[in-house]
Amino acid sequence: MKSGILAAAAAAVVVTAGAGAHAGLLDTVKSRGFVQCGVNAGLPGFGNPDSAGNWTGLDVDFCRAVAVAIFNDPTKIKFTPLSAQQRFPAIQSGEVDVLSRNTTVTLTRDTSVGLNFAPVTYYDGQGFMVNKKLGVKSAKELNGATVCVQSGTTTELNLADYFRSNNMEYKPVVIESEAEVNAAYFAGRCDVRTADVSDLAATRGSVASGAEDHVILPEVISKEPLAPAVRHGDDQWFDIVKWSINVTIQAEEFGITSKNVDEFVNSKNPDILRFLGTTPGMGKALGVDEKYAYNIIKKVGNYGEIFDRNVGPATPLKLERGLNALWTKGGLQYTAPFR
Amino acid sequence: MTDNVQHVGLPDERPPANTVGPIAWLRNNLFNSWYNAILTVLVLALLGSAIPPFLDWLLVKAHGFDSTSPACRQDTSGACWGFIGEKLRFILFGQFPWNEQWRPLATIAIFIALLLASCDRRFWKPWFGLVWAAGLVTVGCLMWGGVLGLTPVENTLWGGLPLTIILSVIGLAVAFPAAILLALGRRSNMPAVKVLCVTYIELIRGVPLISLLFMASVMLPLFLPNGVSIDKLLRAQIAFIMFAAAYMAEAIRGGLQAIPKGQYEAADGLGLSYWQKMIKIILPQALAIAIPPLVNTFISFFKDTSLVIIIGLYDLLGTAKAALSDPLWRGFYREAYLFIGVIYWIFCFSMSKYSQKLERDLNRSHRR
Repeated sequence: MKSGILAAAAAAVVVTAGAGAHAGLLDTVKSRGFVQCGVNAGLPGFGNPDSAGNWTGLDVDFCRAVAVAIFNDPTKIKFTPLSAQQRFPAIQSGEVDVLSRNTTVTLTRDTSVGLNFAPVTYYDGQGFMVNKKLGVKSAKELNGATVCVQSGTTTELNLADYFRSNNMEYKPVVIESEAEVNAAYFAGRCDVRTADVSDLAATRGSVASGAEDHVILPEVISKEPLAPAVRHGDDQWFDIVKWSINVTIQAEEFGITSKNVDEFVNSKNPDILRFLGTTPGMGKALGVDEKYAYNIIKKVGNYGEIFDRNVGPATPLKLERGLNALWTKGGLQYTAPFR
Repeated sequence: MTDNVQHVGLPDERPPANTVGPIAWLRNNLFNSWYNAILTVLVLALLGSAIPPFLDWLLVKAHGFDSTSPACRQDTSGACWGFIGEKLRFILFGQFPWNEQWRPLATIAIFIALLLASCDRRFWKPWFGLVWAAGLVTVGCLMWGGVLGLTPVENTLWGGLPLTIILSVIGLAVAFPAAILLALGRRSNMPAVKVLCVTYIELIRGVPLISLLFMASVMLPLFLPNGVSIDKLLRAQIAFIMFAAAYMAEAIRGGLQAIPKGQYEAADGLGLSYWQKMIKIILPQALAIAIPPLVNTFISFFKDTSLVIIIGLYDLLGTAKAALSDPLWRGFYREAYLFIGVIYWIFCFSMSKYSQKLERDLNRSHRR
């Protein structure tokens, strides 16, 4: 038995050794036949398996967009669920080609961790949730409040900074497990729960009843731009991931959705013709099919569709677009032009 | 003369009510002193206040297996078994392709059949090793596929109960012989072997399992050349085997040390070689003595497989957690954990029961 396992180990090493050739990642991925994508092992709305075991979520859909750009098939993809500790070694060692796991863009991650960040797919930030009964309308009114917070996170530090810089007092209730922080908040042990806004919304959506009794205050006290990442050293691959995501934003800006994309193929707008590949050039520059943008919109959808499907108002998470609205509608989602 | 002698015995009188019967039992066991009486009353009061609401939640007010998430959220006084109904296949089989899930089901059945058969001493024959080998090959074919028209399934998609069983059964099966060798090596007279075994055991025992798994999953890939990767499941399996072997080696060493010196000397006196002595005289006795600590290790390893969640494999606990991350079904923690708790308990309790039986059968001469 033992020798069998050793033999299997040796075989596993030998079989995958061929993949380390010096060809670009695009060629490697093409010859492998699927994209390897690292996702969260279970974050509602961003990366979680559904009842049939299929991956769904906002982060997941952007990976699917990359798979569609290369293979025109959203299923040619292998998802690797990663914990927070595992995610960077996984992308550094080449276990995954794209890391799409609600990862905040920071300077150190961009440099010493060796990542290149694609466009931000979700602008998150730390916020506060309170019970409506308190009648609090702004975080500035929280002086003296008891705050439920998860330990060992940047959330805890941001909280301290925010109250100190606003000359306010607070009493922290620090708990390690997220489920228990939430339980403590809903049991009334504290007045305020603080976490990333998307997390607060998801938490509010998960309570058995009375979700409407809780409000998320308008103040956002930290910047958490979440973006997919690739590793340093392969610019072509970085470009493909970057522009696959840009396609979804540009499509929403043009008003192109998965349902009406066919009507735009012969549009009169030269920008749209270039964008959808009717006028060739863009696909070739990236090294993928000329119709890659059309395919992404057709099979995955534009940014708004992806957002609404996974985390939007019709889902249990009930997130508003907020910062994630298009720049034309007061948000931050903006893409460089396709030309 | 004999007329006034009674030949028939008087009918037996009932013993006094304070020595037999339910009241006597209560008096002797629950109310035999004032402090026990107080404890009994307290415990009964506690149970009385805890059990009815629990049963209420568990059964009376519970939503059935076909209930929907919104219905459960409307009325939260009862358990929402609709969560288990909806997620049952995901919790049991993880991300194994939906239409192929009879394969992991068959795998579980084969493993349970093999384990049950192995419990029967009539099957403790060399040919049964072949049955196990055949069973493992079948399981391998079923899970990986790619033969006999079965679609290939990568082992990253394995999950749930089959993964838990594979990790623990294969882990323990490989670790057990390794542990025997380590235990013998630790008691060996050969200095090099002894130092090697002691170092290995103390090194592995000195670190938490979770750090070994981290090493296997996080550090190892960084040391390998770019693009070379060892299968993640295999890495976890090897970490488990290494860890289980060190722990079991110490349990077995305890058994070896309990064997009287006379047994060793008698075996030497018969002119048996080292291996004959060990296999025929020492180990059968030592392993029988070591059953309780060994089973302890088995049970804790069966449960420790749930640590693989940290390296991104979905064992039974992992699939339950992932099922909870579905936005539609968030918040039904109690149902999920209760369900997998029952599954774990069934497996661990069976192991414990069987080990007690085995101890009775094997340890007749050592019974104390």
